[in-house]
Amino acid sequence: MTLTQQILAKKAGKDKVSGGELVTVPVDICLANDITAPVSINVFEKAGFDEVYDKEKIVFVLDHFTPNKDIKSAEQCRRVREFSKKHGIVNLFEGGKAGIEHALLPEIGLVGAGDIVIGADSHTCTYGAVSSFSTGMGSTDLAAAMKQGETWLRVPDAIKVEITGEMRESVSGKDVILYLLGMIGVDGARYMSLEFCGEGIKSLSMDDRFTIANMAVEAGAKNGIFIFDELTEEYLKESGNSHRFEFAEPDDADYKSVVKIDLAEVKEQIAFPNLPSNVFTAEEAAEKEIKIDQVVIGSCTNGRISDLRIAASVMKGKTVKDGVRCIIIPATPKVYSQCIEEGLLKIFTDAGALVSPPTCGPCLGGHMGVLAKGERAVATTNRNFVGRMGDTGSEVYLASPYTAAKAAISGIVGV
Amino acid sequence: MVFGNVHKYGDNVDTDVIIPARYLNVSDKKELSKHCMEDIDSAFIKRVKEGDIIVAGKNFGCGSSREHAPIAISGTGIALVIAESFARIFYRNAINTGLAIMECPEAAEKVQDGDMLIVDTESGIIENTVSGETYRANPFPDFITEIINSGGLINYIKNK
Repeated sequence: MTLTQQILAKKAGKDKVSGGELVTVPVDICLANDITAPVSINVFEKAGFDEVYDKEKIVFVLDHFTPNKDIKSAEQCRRVREFSKKHGIVNLFEGGKAGIEHALLPEIGLVGAGDIVIGADSHTCTYGAVSSFSTGMGSTDLAAAMKQGETWLRVPDAIKVEITGEMRESVSGKDVILYLLGMIGVDGARYMSLEFCGEGIKSLSMDDRFTIANMAVEAGAKNGIFIFDELTEEYLKESGNSHRFEFAEPDDADYKSVVKIDLAEVKEQIAFPNLPSNVFTAEEAAEKEIKIDQVVIGSCTNGRISDLRIAASVMKGKTVKDGVRCIIIPATPKVYSQCIEEGLLKIFTDAGALVSPPTCGPCLGGHMGVLAKGERAVATTNRNFVGRMGDTGSEVYLASPYTAAKAAISGIVGV
Repeated sequence: MVFGNVHKYGDNVDTDVIIPARYLNVSDKKELSKHCMEDIDSAFIKRVKEGDIIVAGKNFGCGSSREHAPIAISGTGIALVIAESFARIFYRNAINTGLAIMECPEAAEKVQDGDMLIVDTESGIIENTVSGETYRANPFPDFITEIINSGGLINYIKNK
C-alpha cells in the first residue's frame, strides 16, 4: 500500500485498502476558516444538528478576511465566534492568537503523523508534511463531519515522487513544487496522492516540506504526503504532538507512476500567469524584463520563519525598488515574534518593505495588497489564476521567498 | 430531464473565476450568483436563463474548496454542468449541495457554445438538438447515486 493507503486502512479498521475503494474513517481534526466556517455553520444548523461530535477536534481559524476587512467580514467572524461559544469549541483562533491556518495548526501541535484532517480549505493538504492524511473539502462535508466525527473517502491511487540529490543554496521547497507542477500539470495528480520519498527528502527542511505538500492541490491531488523520518519526529516533539505512525516502505508497484526529481537540477522557478504549472526558470524570466508593482512574501505556502529568513538575507542592506510595494506577512504570531527577536522586521522596514499582521489577505485578492488593472506582482503564494490577487487585468507570478525578495530589489520578474 | 442552452468554457475553470474571492464575505446564494463567472465571462450573468447548461473541458472547479462556487452556479439557474472531468473538491461540493453534474468527455469536445441540449440525468444520455449528435455521460458510482437520490449529503446522513 501507499503511505496514504496505510493510514486510511488503519483508520478504517482494515488490513488493506486499494485505490478506488470507498471507506469511512474517523476524523481527528475538522478545520474551517472565516470564509468557509459560516457556510458549514449554516448547513449544520439548517440540518437541525444539536451538537458537535467533539469540541476539541473542531478548529476554526479566522485568517482570511482578518483583521476584519469590512462589515460583512466582521459579521462572518461573529457568526463563527457565537457558534464556538454555544458549542464550547476549544480551538477558535482569532486576533493575536490567529495565524494562517496551515502554518498555525502544525506549529501548535494540533496535527500529528497518521492523523486524518479534513479542512474546508483546499490547502489543508499542507499537513502531509508531518505524515498525516489531510485534504480539503467543502463546507457541507465539513458540517457532516462536525456532527458525525467521520467522513467518506475514495481511497486514492498515488504518484510517487522520488527525490534525490541536494538543492542549490538559492533553491527551496517552492522551486521544487513549481518544478513538479511544470512536469505534471495542474491536473497531473487529479484524485491522487502525491507521495514524496527518496534519499533527497533528508535535505528538505520541515518548512520546505510544508511548502511542497501545500501545493499538492495545485496538481489536482487529494493529498501530498512525506514519509516519516527523524526530522518529522523532531518537529512533532517540539510542537508537543505525540501522534506517530509506522509506515512500511511502499513498493514502486503500489504506485500508478513514479516521477523522479534530482534536486541538483532544480533551478529557481517562476510560474507565469495564469496557471501554477506555467513555469519558467528565474533566469529565463529575467530576460523578458517584466516590470512589477508589488511583491508579496507570506501565505500558507511561504510565510514560515525560514522563508522570512531567506527573504531578509536577500534584502539586508538593500532597498526595495522605487515604485514597488513589498509586503511581508509572517504567517503566525510565533513567526512574527521570531522575526522581531531575530531582527528581521528591522531589515524589512529598513529596506522599505512593509510588514503586515498574519493574514491570507492578498493571496486571494481579499485585502492588504489587492492589485489594480494592469498591475503585476511577484508572490510567494500558491495561485496565479485570472483575478486571483485583484483586477482581472492584473498578473501574479509565483516564486520562492528568495526569488520574490530579489524581485523586490530589482523591480523585475526573475533573477 | 434538463433542456437548456449551452454556455461553453475551456479547461481548468477555477473557483476563483466561478466566484471571485472578493465576494466571499457573504454566503447567500442570491448575492453570490450575481457575480458568478464574472472574471471569465462578465456577460454570463446577463445571458444565463433558468435551466441552462454549462459545458466545459477538463478539471472544472479546480483551486479553492469554496462551496460558494457550486452554490453560485445553482443560484444563476444553471441546471447542469457537464465537463470532461471535475476537480475533486468541486465534485464533492456539487453532489453535496445538489448541483447536477456529469462527466462526459465526448460532449465536452463536441458541444458548441449556444447549442441546445436535452439531457436525461438518470440515464446519462445527452442529445444535441443542433448537431443531432448523442453522447453518453460516465455513470456515477452507486454510493454517489445514493447521495444524489437522498437530495444531498445532509439528507443522506439523516436518512441513514
